[in-house]
Amino acid sequence: MNRPIDKTGIKIGMWLFLYSEIILFGGLFVLYAVYFYTYPEFFAEGGRELDRKIGAVNTVVLLISSFTVAASITAIQRKAKKQAVGFLIFSILCGVIFLVNKYFEWSAKFHHDIYPNSETLVSGEPGLNIFFGLYYVITGLHGLHVIAGMTLLSISLVLVLAGRINESKYSMLENSGLYWHLVDLIWIFVFPLFYLVL
Amino acid sequence: MTTTESFYDTPSPAGLTGIRAWLLTHDHKRLGLMYMWAILFWFVIAMLCGLLLRTELMSQGRTIMGPELYNSLFTLHGVIMVFLFVIPAVPAIFGNFFLPIQLGTDDVFFPRLNLFSWYLFMFGGLLALISLFSGEGFPDTGWTFYVPFSVEVNTNVSLTVMAAFILGMSSMLTGLNFITTFHRMRDKKMGLMQIPLFTWSLYATAWVQILATPVISITLVLVVVERLFSVGLFDPDKGGDPILYQHLFWMYSHPAVYIMILPGMGVISEIIPVFSRKSIFGYKAIVWSSMGIAVAGSLVWAHHMYTSGMSDVSVFFFSLLTFLVAIPSAVKVFSWIATMYKGSIEMTPPLLLALIFIYLFSIGGLTGLVLGAVGPDIHVHDTHFVVAHFHFVMFGGTGFAFFAALHFWWPKMFGIMYDFKKAYIGSVLTAIGFLFHYVPMLILGMQGMPRRYYDYLPKYETGNFLAGFGAYLLCIGILIMFVNLLMSFRQRVPASSNPWGGTTLEWTVPSPPPVHNFVEKPQIMEFPYDFSEIAAQVKGNKR
Repeated sequence: MNRPIDKTGIKIGMWLFLYSEIILFGGLFVLYAVYFYTYPEFFAEGGRELDRKIGAVNTVVLLISSFTVAASITAIQRKAKKQAVGFLIFSILCGVIFLVNKYFEWSAKFHHDIYPNSETLVSGEPGLNIFFGLYYVITGLHGLHVIAGMTLLSISLVLVLAGRINESKYSMLENSGLYWHLVDLIWIFVFPLFYLVL
Repeated sequence: MTTTESFYDTPSPAGLTGIRAWLLTHDHKRLGLMYMWAILFWFVIAMLCGLLLRTELMSQGRTIMGPELYNSLFTLHGVIMVFLFVIPAVPAIFGNFFLPIQLGTDDVFFPRLNLFSWYLFMFGGLLALISLFSGEGFPDTGWTFYVPFSVEVNTNVSLTVMAAFILGMSSMLTGLNFITTFHRMRDKKMGLMQIPLFTWSLYATAWVQILATPVISITLVLVVVERLFSVGLFDPDKGGDPILYQHLFWMYSHPAVYIMILPGMGVISEIIPVFSRKSIFGYKAIVWSSMGIAVAGSLVWAHHMYTSGMSDVSVFFFSLLTFLVAIPSAVKVFSWIATMYKGSIEMTPPLLLALIFIYLFSIGGLTGLVLGAVGPDIHVHDTHFVVAHFHFVMFGGTGFAFFAALHFWWPKMFGIMYDFKKAYIGSVLTAIGFLFHYVPMLILGMQGMPRRYYDYLPKYETGNFLAGFGAYLLCIGILIMFVNLLMSFRQRVPASSNPWGGTTLEWTVPSPPPVHNFVEKPQIMEFPYDFSEIAAQVKGNKR
């Protein structure tokens, strides 16, 4: 049957999905909370070893990209296709910058023999091992989500270029944008929990 | 009415032919049937695993298999039953088929996502199959995958865990689809308190699915991560805490129990009023108890862990909450019984199965209280008592609700009627076998026989033999039931659009329904269980 597209319904579905994603990370944050309670001093020590500058830059990069994604949706609604494309490309680039930063950050840590099951961590303090274990698991999973978000944005970009996403039909772009905001939101929690801990 | 083409003859999307009309379909009814055949396949496999286990236990010592195979087999039985049968059975088959019809609409909100969920389900099942025959063999961890064993053992845990992860995804997406459908596709004239109870129960279930499933997803991911990278999050040597795994695991897996039982309760709430020719007693109470179970059931997980090490305060807290969940469940049981009181009851196979459900589920619920209380639980924790308890709920409850739903909606789904006599024989035999099977287990557990043990002391032999005997009766009963249903394809006794005298919307459409479900605009009744018209018709026929 042909019925008009129910944008609200599509959005409800997306929000429910985002909600499940938050619970997914919620499990990890529960682990964080318990272990933070067990090893507060080592979490503080571990936090000092992380590079706050890179973390801060990444936070800013993600926040800006969230803005540009939102801007691209407004642009589409105003029929400014070129603007929308520009904003989208910029957002995807922000994602790339984030991942490149992450790469350097991780490889620096690897260089110092800090990675799961490394000699330093296994024979060192258990609290530090847990801190860095959680660091790798949470930022790793978040990184996967960044990649997924970039994929969604790229698909939206292609659809915008093809004219399949336009001022009357932009649910795909809107949902990709929502997903990207989620990636951003989770990072906003991850950043203080690991980089700014006491 | 005979001129309408059923959904079997109308592919959706149009233009598909042959097998592609099934494999690429967006039609919720076809998807429901595709789920049905897959789920029945898994059910039979897991049932046979269970039968082999009980055969092994019928006499002391080695009977038909070694201890390693026994461990793998009970894991396989658990994993298949939980993830491939009990959780998806009612929502994926009957939910898919009937939720849109009961809401007066033509499909779920995201039909393509629905198809995708089915593929996820099949893919998850396939992975489980592959993990059986590859690597170091199927895991022997039990379906709970407790650390540290699940992280250290060489068997193919990672693949099985990924299968469970994907199956979880599938059930979660189905839940997401149902919630959206419930809110956005419902007939405009249908208010919240005019929705059939089966749909309400699916709605409550869907929320639990979305709330809880991601927790198991992340827990299972962590098991894989630990196996691959040995991070040590649950390893005491590296600062981790294995108890935390149990918390995370049960944070999902206890609510999952309600994912399993709530749709079954919904089925019973449909069947009882239809065959009592009487409006359901306490419609609103049942709706609220469904939602109440969904909320309270999410807060009781740690009652699986009384012996794992917890503070007395939390033990007290979780015990109290566990008792609270019993209240909404009891509300339902009382409502069903009150519905039958002074009704004009017509005995049919679905009603018989529903009655067996009430009986067995009540025993399951009451033994659950024994386990919810801390004192007795410490005595019977991890014994056969627990095994019997949850089988009373999962099998006596959900299993029988599933059989009841099969018999109730069979004429609607296929447009044909089965033989009543054989259905009765099958149901009664199943119920008797069930009692023979699980009552001895309750007693064995009280006597202290632990679960998951390959061998036992001589004093447990009688009980185990009886349980094994019951298992065979049970399987024969189920076999008769299924064969009878399948035979109906041969006899092809046509069923009318409303063979039982039901009042919900699925009984107003032809059997089997046309592709868009409704021939004419659905008439929404003031109250979904108003039997005054049906009763008048019956009276008229008698004169």
